[in-house]
Amino acid sequence: MSEQNKPEKDKFSGVETTGHEWDGIKELNNPAPRWWLLVFIICIIWSIGYWILFPAWPTIAANTKGILGWSTKQELSDNQRDLQAIRGKFAEQLAATPLQDIANDPQLFEYARQAGLASFKTNCAACHGSGAAGGNGYPNLNDDDWLWGGKLDDIYHSIKVGIRSTHKDTRFSQMPSFGKDGVLKPDEIKDVASYVEQLHKGSAAETNEATARGAKIFADNCVACHGATGGGDRNQGAPRLNDAIWLYGGDKKSIIASVTNAHAGVMPTWEGRLDDDTIKALAIYVHSLGGGEK
Amino acid sequence: MTDKSLSEADAPKIKFFEKARRIYPKDITGTFRRLKWAVMAVLLAIYYFTPFIRFDRGPHVPSQAILIDMEGRRAYFFMFEIWSQEVYYFAGILILAALFLFFATSLFGRVWCGYACPQTVWTDLFVKVEHFIQGDHVARQRLDKGQWNFNKIWRKVVTHILWIVIGAATGGAWTLYFTDAPTLIDQIIHLSVPWQTQIWIYALTASTYIMAGFAREQVCAYMCPYARFQSGMFDRGTLIISYDKERGEPRGSHKKGDSWDNRGACVDCNACVQVCPVGIDIRNGLQYQCIACGLCIDACNDIMDKVGLPGNLIRYDTANNQEARAACHSKGEVFKEKNHLLRPRTIYYVCVMTLVCAIMLYSLLGRAPFTLNVLHERNPLFVTLSDGSVRNSYKIHILNRNLHDQTFALSVNGVDVKSIKILAATEVEPEKLGVLADSVGEFRVTVAAELPSKEVRRDIEFVIRSTSDGSEARTKTMFIGKAQ
Ligand code: SF4
Ligand code: SF4
Repeated sequence: MSEQNKPEKDKFSGVETTGHEWDGIKELNNPAPRWWLLVFIICIIWSIGYWILFPAWPTIAANTKGILGWSTKQELSDNQRDLQAIRGKFAEQLAATPLQDIANDPQLFEYARQAGLASFKTNCAACHGSGAAGGNGYPNLNDDDWLWGGKLDDIYHSIKVGIRSTHKDTRFSQMPSFGKDGVLKPDEIKDVASYVEQLHKGSAAETNEATARGAKIFADNCVACHGATGGGDRNQGAPRLNDAIWLYGGDKKSIIASVTNAHAGVMPTWEGRLDDDTIKALAIYVHSLGGGEK
Repeated sequence: MTDKSLSEADAPKIKFFEKARRIYPKDITGTFRRLKWAVMAVLLAIYYFTPFIRFDRGPHVPSQAILIDMEGRRAYFFMFEIWSQEVYYFAGILILAALFLFFATSLFGRVWCGYACPQTVWTDLFVKVEHFIQGDHVARQRLDKGQWNFNKIWRKVVTHILWIVIGAATGGAWTLYFTDAPTLIDQIIHLSVPWQTQIWIYALTASTYIMAGFAREQVCAYMCPYARFQSGMFDRGTLIISYDKERGEPRGSHKKGDSWDNRGACVDCNACVQVCPVGIDIRNGLQYQCIACGLCIDACNDIMDKVGLPGNLIRYDTANNQEARAACHSKGEVFKEKNHLLRPRTIYYVCVMTLVCAIMLYSLLGRAPFTLNVLHERNPLFVTLSDGSVRNSYKIHILNRNLHDQTFALSVNGVDVKSIKILAATEVEPEKLGVLADSVGEFRVTVAAELPSKEVRRDIEFVIRSTSDGSEARTKTMFIGKAQ
């Protein structure tokens, strides 16, 4: 009996084997080096210390909190506080600097642009798109055409008071619904649409009897707002008609629809919902998209 | 009862760990020991003094010959400057180092370990300090076994203080490669070292102290991965430390005047074992712990000299030679040693090293002094302008590796350009894009052009031309139009 229990020794090294055998190879039962064992023990002690200091074990209701009181949530708010401290300097500067002067300080300008971009994505992207390219009925803010003006102040003002919004100083303009209200007959609308289409296509479009009739109708009904040559009027937000940019589509069908029913898009006022500094930052951002006017 | 006592006696003694055997290498003098001191002196001199070499690169750029600037994301090596996007050069250097290691190993075995490895160099230094303060190997052993008394305490304390001082010098010198060396020395003198640097100094001091003071040969035997696969670089032509069994055996002690007939040259004095820093007996043949330091050769030659026999009982020898020698002996012929340094394996390593060197030099020297990266913006892909033309936006980066400020003129090929504008806080003309020396200029650019209708996409090319010398850099990108 005791013969069998005796651990087997390896012939060459004289070291005990573990008794396991794989394909004729036996594992020697060599002890681990002391440093290795020490590192192992240190790891265990380390992990116990970790359990005590940090949140570790789940309990029925929640989890152990750890005596350091550390939590990812706390860390997040600490980080945010630190970030605020870094931004604070710029935020103060932004508040103190008049809109026109922000561009004089490249660092502040970049801060305003980035702040504007962040705010744009949250507040404006729903209508104007995340790249500010707009869509049917929502102006593209990248291009060089502006309904109410493209200077920094104009943009700032538009964001602040909105268009046809609830703000007391809001800008309001309304194109009559020439078709719906019976001011023009359907044929007349078709003619004026032909003329308008020819206006923006320039020499590429053909002139014919219909456009000639339309020119007369345009002169009678539209020039007050859109100007004699269709150049628009930014004071009343009347779109330019002799360019390639169309808010509701520039093909004949779309023009007929616009003249018949008229559109009146609404942009909300952001005063009161966003603080003045954010509106400034937004104006800087939109102005910097490439269409901003000097 | 007898049963129990029997089984108790039989039960194996359970060992929970193998206590490291402290090795007390004996001091030795000789050719290889002198070579080792010389190599150590050269290596330490390189390590400690290179950070102080200056190399003038002009204004705005550090003038330390070798500097790894983490914050600026640049590495400087004399006339070469590596940017963070070019870390592959470091990969190249590492590959070269590995190849060189393989090459040296295939020639001389583990010589890197024996002479040049930092672990060996600093361990050697620490052992020397130990020897200096605590005496030779026997004295050290006695001191360790003996009672704690004044003699033991002061010797131990002084040894450890010296070790820590050496460790601190080592750790400190390492940080010199990452910051302006004279400034750091000044900060150290005035005790105003930034805490980030301090942490590195402490950590490296501790690691030097632990590795060279305590872990020593265990690093080479257990921790170093190289010990595990070096045999893959050996072949039968590799010069390895070997004991000449043919001549040495049968060994035995020898009294002066006795005859040498019918016995080997080895007098079994154990000198070769006593000097060995990894504590092995080389007479048992090649062992993986042997770091090819050659100290046993020195020791044995010393003994052979004393007993009046020719030296080199232990020597750098190849497996081929050993075999041939044995064959000659048995036939009674005279043996002639042949060492082939040029073997297919070594030639192969040299070829690959030359190739890697050539590739690296080619790409380093052929590097453009500035490059242009262009990123087409995708949101929105394009914008229609009032006049019906289309505008695309790009972000461009100009990497100016020159050591002087440069101005570049930007132009676009491949499309009928109406306007190129730089979007910035203040007006910037596309013909005058200024980029500071040794830095990256970033610009937002819009390009307006007319595309024939139906054409949705066109390949175009951005060109920047240096206004000072007219050299150019180009990058292809695309221009997107609207589908009509
Ligand atoms: S056996 Fe000889 S060469 Fe190898 S480590 Fe020991 S002393 Fe150095
Ligand atoms: S030093 Fe030389 S003689 Fe002495 S034991 Fe080693 S091999 Fe033998």
